[in-house]
Amino acid sequence: MSCKRIYGMATRDAYGKALVELGRENPAIVALDADLSKSTKSVLFAKEFKDRFFNMGIAEANMVSTAAGLASCGKIPFVSSFASFLMCKTFDQLRMSVANPHLNVKLVGSHGGISIGEDGASQMAVEDIALACSLPGFVVLVPADELSTMALVKLAAQHKGPVYMRTGRPKAPVIYQQGTDFKIGRANIVREGIDVTVIANGLMVQEAVEAACACSERGIDVRVIDMHTVKPIDKDVIVQSAQTTGAIVTAEEHLLAGGLGAAVAQVVSEQCPVPMGFVGVNDTYAESGTPDELFRKYGLTADNIVRKIEEVLKRK
Amino acid sequence: MDINQLTKTAQAIRRDIIKMTTEVNSGHPGGSLSATDIITVLYFMAMRHDPKNAGWPDRDRFILSKGHAAPALYSALARSGYFPVEQLLTLRKFGSPLQGHPEMGKLPGVEASTGSLGQGLSIASGIALAGKLDNKDYRTYVMIGDGESEEGQIWEAAMSSAYYRLDNLTAFIDYNSIQLDGWIRDIMELEPIVDKWKSFGWHVIDIDGHNFNQIIKAIDEAKATNGKPTVIVARTIKGKGVSFMENNVEFHGMAATRDQMAIALRELGE
Repeated sequence: MSCKRIYGMATRDAYGKALVELGRENPAIVALDADLSKSTKSVLFAKEFKDRFFNMGIAEANMVSTAAGLASCGKIPFVSSFASFLMCKTFDQLRMSVANPHLNVKLVGSHGGISIGEDGASQMAVEDIALACSLPGFVVLVPADELSTMALVKLAAQHKGPVYMRTGRPKAPVIYQQGTDFKIGRANIVREGIDVTVIANGLMVQEAVEAACACSERGIDVRVIDMHTVKPIDKDVIVQSAQTTGAIVTAEEHLLAGGLGAAVAQVVSEQCPVPMGFVGVNDTYAESGTPDELFRKYGLTADNIVRKIEEVLKRK
Repeated sequence: MDINQLTKTAQAIRRDIIKMTTEVNSGHPGGSLSATDIITVLYFMAMRHDPKNAGWPDRDRFILSKGHAAPALYSALARSGYFPVEQLLTLRKFGSPLQGHPEMGKLPGVEASTGSLGQGLSIASGIALAGKLDNKDYRTYVMIGDGESEEGQIWEAAMSSAYYRLDNLTAFIDYNSIQLDGWIRDIMELEPIVDKWKSFGWHVIDIDGHNFNQIIKAIDEAKATNGKPTVIVARTIKGKGVSFMENNVEFHGMAATRDQMAIALRELGE
């Protein structure tokens, strides 16, 4: 964690790297892709484990149900595509083939959010987290950087049951140092503070850190939490943060409907009511542009988080 | 089991289907009756399975992709010894493992959750693929509805199963020619179905789906086919065995009344 942005590997690259390591450790790991392996980075697994990689062609529904069949025979399938196609095209297959029988299928959607940039709205998953969270029994992960992705991919493989993980296209700012401990369902506090808490995930963790740095210059002490697991959400850290700081802002690269903010709000409203503010994409599809341009237009910036912080502090 | 015994078992399953659906006044008797003879051959002759050890890794698998024919599957499972036959009358009732459509994990012997049409062939294909990966010799069977064949995912799975040369996979099309809204040919024509599957790289066998000799011979032929999956296009009759249900679209998703049940059971040899 640093106030200054230091870029590391994209989370999709970290996923590819972790998948290869998993393949070496566990022969039950198989991988499927739908003609996007070079982009999702499952190609790295394909190169090393030709017999355990299945390119299913541009047919995501069949890919998901085939993975369910493989899982019912003890394989651990990692299924990759763009998050938009993996989640939005195959929702019924996820529901009936995977979630209903609670099969051990790992779905990894790359190019999540609007940071895919120039390709435009058709390729941008802004609903994927909401869809994944709505599926009974699913674990939903949004890692922020290389180290957390590597750790969470391995934890996902150990977890028995369906997992959805979102990865991103651009290089991700480094949040974590070697040796950090990760656990599914337990958030990481990346910066301590007592005045207000920002709960973020994915690329928004760095924006939150930079917002905290800016606030610090004005005497506002901001706690930043990386909620890499949206489901099951870490209720303890939310309640504890609400009690300690008395106000919460969430920040996510996703629609405000059904994502991280909604999940946090559910806990806060029931267990520890405090003022909340929400940063995310507000009921719209984005457009083509560079990730920076899009983050500015749709308010996914440190500056906008600072504005939300100021707003919730007034309501505290 | 010989043909005579298969016939008797199929009639018993048909009686179960009528009793189960009338008891709860809900369910799909028509498509269950058309599927019965094939399911009977699979569970009582063709498949290697152990009702006392439902999770045996080397078992042959059967996926009922047309999940609404669940009564036929449940009856075959009960009569094979997976659970007591008396439990069949709990079909669709609150608290019963016999859900309206099959759900994996709820009832021993159910290999996939089906009922949202189009997914079973893909799941079966994944199971067959796992068998190839593990060098196991189990076989995977799947039954697809004719109306269900309108789902695009069926053809995605047809493509990938042939591409991965899954000769341990056998699909049945229960071709009873009627779907919920009427005759298939009036809704979405499937023909030429044999040419379609051939062009997707499958070995295709066209049979009378109520002729035990033909069903048995087709399964043997599928087992002997190397390098490609086999599809058995089984020409069947919706509501087969009950005069007033045969070819009657009304009984796609409607149970017989108590009075109709009495007639049906008499016709089915009770």
